[in-house]
Amino acid sequence: MFLSLSLICLTVSLLLSQVNRMTATPIAEAKAMKLQNAIREVVPAFDNDPVAEAYRMADGSGDSLLVYPAKQGGELVGFALNSYSNNGFSGNIQIMVGFDMEHRIVNYSVLQHAETPGLGSKMTEWFRDLTKPEQSVIGRDLSKGALTVTKDGGDVDAITASTITSRAFLEAVNKAYAVYSGSMENTWSGATTATENETEETTKEGGPSNE
Amino acid sequence: MNKSLKILLNGIIKENPIFVLLLGMCPTLATTSSAINGMSMGLATMFVLICSNAVISLLKNVIPDMVRIPAFIVVIATFVTIIEMMMNAYVPALADSLGIFIPLIVVNCIVLGRAESFASKNGVLSSIFDGVGIGLGFTLALSLLGASRELLGTGKIFSLKIYPEQYGSLIFVLAPGAFIVLGYLIALFNRLQQKKA
Repeated sequence: MFLSLSLICLTVSLLLSQVNRMTATPIAEAKAMKLQNAIREVVPAFDNDPVAEAYRMADGSGDSLLVYPAKQGGELVGFALNSYSNNGFSGNIQIMVGFDMEHRIVNYSVLQHAETPGLGSKMTEWFRDLTKPEQSVIGRDLSKGALTVTKDGGDVDAITASTITSRAFLEAVNKAYAVYSGSMENTWSGATTATENETEETTKEGGPSNE
Repeated sequence: MNKSLKILLNGIIKENPIFVLLLGMCPTLATTSSAINGMSMGLATMFVLICSNAVISLLKNVIPDMVRIPAFIVVIATFVTIIEMMMNAYVPALADSLGIFIPLIVVNCIVLGRAESFASKNGVLSSIFDGVGIGLGFTLALSLLGASRELLGTGKIFSLKIYPEQYGSLIFVLAPGAFIVLGYLIALFNRLQQKKA
């Protein structure tokens, strides 16, 4: 009885280790690809490797975010920041948001969320609909103040029936901006260099949902 | 051959895991918010079913009766882990959208149920056919459910536009819609079955 169960487990572990060895590289590549694409989407055209040059930067309130500097011909053209909020309707929201050198949002990309499909999940497109400037955050200059939804006295139209998601999204954007302004000051005093393994954290799961 | 066909049809119609046995309701309701999600969930489960059925029927004389459940679970978990790794490696977008439900195939009662009630009592070939049949039944049911919900909720099927989105009713994409559509589909399935009998 013990023998047969042990034998089964042994065979199974051997098989799994083989499959793991086979798929480890493609999985890592897929993850790196996803990160690369997200960065490419949110900052102006660049020719450096932002992932290799990434560094962690405090936001001034005891937290820190990963910053991906984008350079064209050695000249900084923008920053992509991996920001988050824990105040989504269903917990953690991870976004990649990009700024140019004039404090304006270039674009954003939602990396991970568990918001309600059809309601909060609309944030992946809602805040970058250029035909509707009252809800889009693209091109907004954050040095004029943090973004808030109209319900809270701001000037960004929240997603219909998803104010909580909208607030969380803007919170993540504002957090990114706080770090970005820190980065801007730092560029003149020489930024800290990066370690690549830190990017691991950005793909961390937000835990199982209780559906 | 005739017997194999019978086993195959048994899984799709007579013992359809969703519409007749009502097994594996959790992934059924949760992953069918769109046709493509439903279908991929079905295919992933089918892969696990076929492999675990085949292996378990091969091992049925080696596994002592007292430890058969742990042994089955280990075999099933192996195949689930394999498919999870494969999906993460080659279709990461799909793996993201199915999320936690892929690892949860391990505890899907259909898989364990077939191992216990069919594969541990029948030959390898019949067990494989049973896996294909039940798997197809599950996949078809999930695709149908997903397609109906996607159509009613967003006006699309497999992301192809059928009618403008604003006429869709969002509730069908959300959780209550899953129950409503499933209920009607089961009613329809039973009605068709009765006519045949």
